[in-house]
Amino acid sequence: MAGAWRYPGIRPRATFGRRLDLAARAGFPATLTILIMLLTQAPFGIPGQAVLLPWVTLASVWFWSLFRPASMPPPAVFGIGVLMELLGYLPLGVGVLTLLLAHGIAIRWRRFLGQQGFAVTWLAFMPVAAGAALLSWLLVAALTLRLLPAGLSVFQGVLSAMLYPVLAIPLAWLHRSVAEAEPD
Amino acid sequence: MIRLSIPARQALSKLTLPVLVVAAFGLMLLGKADAVIAERARMALNDALGPIYAVLAEPLGAINASVAEAGNLMHLRSENVRLRQENEYLRRWQTIALALDAENARLKGSLNWIPDPPANFVTARVVADAGGVYARAALLAVGPNHTVRKGQIALDERGLIGRVTEVGARTARVLLITDLNSRIPVTMETSRARAILVGTNGARPRLLYWPEGVQPREGERIVTSAEANAFPANLPIGMVHFSQSGVPEVEPFALLQRLEIVRIFDYGMGGVTAPEAPQKPTPGRH
Repeated sequence: MAGAWRYPGIRPRATFGRRLDLAARAGFPATLTILIMLLTQAPFGIPGQAVLLPWVTLASVWFWSLFRPASMPPPAVFGIGVLMELLGYLPLGVGVLTLLLAHGIAIRWRRFLGQQGFAVTWLAFMPVAAGAALLSWLLVAALTLRLLPAGLSVFQGVLSAMLYPVLAIPLAWLHRSVAEAEPD
Repeated sequence: MIRLSIPARQALSKLTLPVLVVAAFGLMLLGKADAVIAERARMALNDALGPIYAVLAEPLGAINASVAEAGNLMHLRSENVRLRQENEYLRRWQTIALALDAENARLKGSLNWIPDPPANFVTARVVADAGGVYARAALLAVGPNHTVRKGQIALDERGLIGRVTEVGARTARVLLITDLNSRIPVTMETSRARAILVGTNGARPRLLYWPEGVQPREGERIVTSAEANAFPANLPIGMVHFSQSGVPEVEPFALLQRLEIVRIFDYGMGGVTAPEAPQKPTPGRH
């Protein structure tokens, strides 16, 4: 349940409604991520739609790991990774590993990045997106024992890095309004 | 929940991430050791999501159609001129085709030609792109009481698109001819030479292993070959086009980027079964 319960302090009585509210707010980041992931698979008929899934997954995990780490714990990242592998037809483990590493980086940098402006978090995300695309390309090549054409992977990395604000700006708004505030 | 002291809890929470990273490697090993698990999980997920995407496909298709309509209106005049020319051209071809058809029937009649059995087919809607960054496939909604089986052949109205590789309760997955794991025996139409069409995940699959002394020609039509009893002969696939580096590639007739309706044919082929899920090209087991 919500991280707030672990800390001492005075707070309203834990009625059922309030518990439900807190649980919903705590579960919101992971649930939203999963819903957006499923949405990218809908038949829009956009050419190159396949790269949308890695982009929204990585950007979303990065964003919530930075700003709501208690609502995006490693097990949730793991589950989201498995879903990404199933939806995106990646070999098992590849998506999980890249997402967990991105999550780890976000957690490590969050003290610093949390105080900076939006542009800095975006700048920090760029190498992460490039690294994630490269790492998954390498892992898939290693697991299938084949040299894969790199075109779409490069496109995936560049697109993820460039389109981060498209996802992060609405998420930032939701982060201030809907998601539960966590004490640091 | 077990009550732990605060330092113990902190230590545990610090351990979660490394443990899960190790678990990710374990998952990779598991996926390598038993690819059926991933395949089953995927088909179960697709079966669950398929109906939702099928519902979404209708309004999204309508939106796409109206956008395309708006684009068409812009080019109405030039398109009309082009179509008029093409129509004239095709009319000429039609007379030739009819004459050839009649001649063919006459010749077959004078021989004891065994006609190919007519193929059954079902038509299905493509509900989602079932590929990813590293695979090219399409997910079809086939309904709960379908007869689609692995290895059946999928065509759109123009040509071959691929083969059914996985079948779930309500959905089927078609591996496209452009996928990295797709290998299709083909015939070059003018030289009748055999070759293999190899997917590269790019838009155009490559032509490989044609016999010595024959060279694929630019613009030559490529059709399926009945070799290995995996495909019936003479299904249209595409046209030869040489890439800039001089590699013969095939421009598919089928509109693989925007598949909507697909026909799945049952030719009763018992030859080579379709390749497995893309992530298990186990060396030595082909």
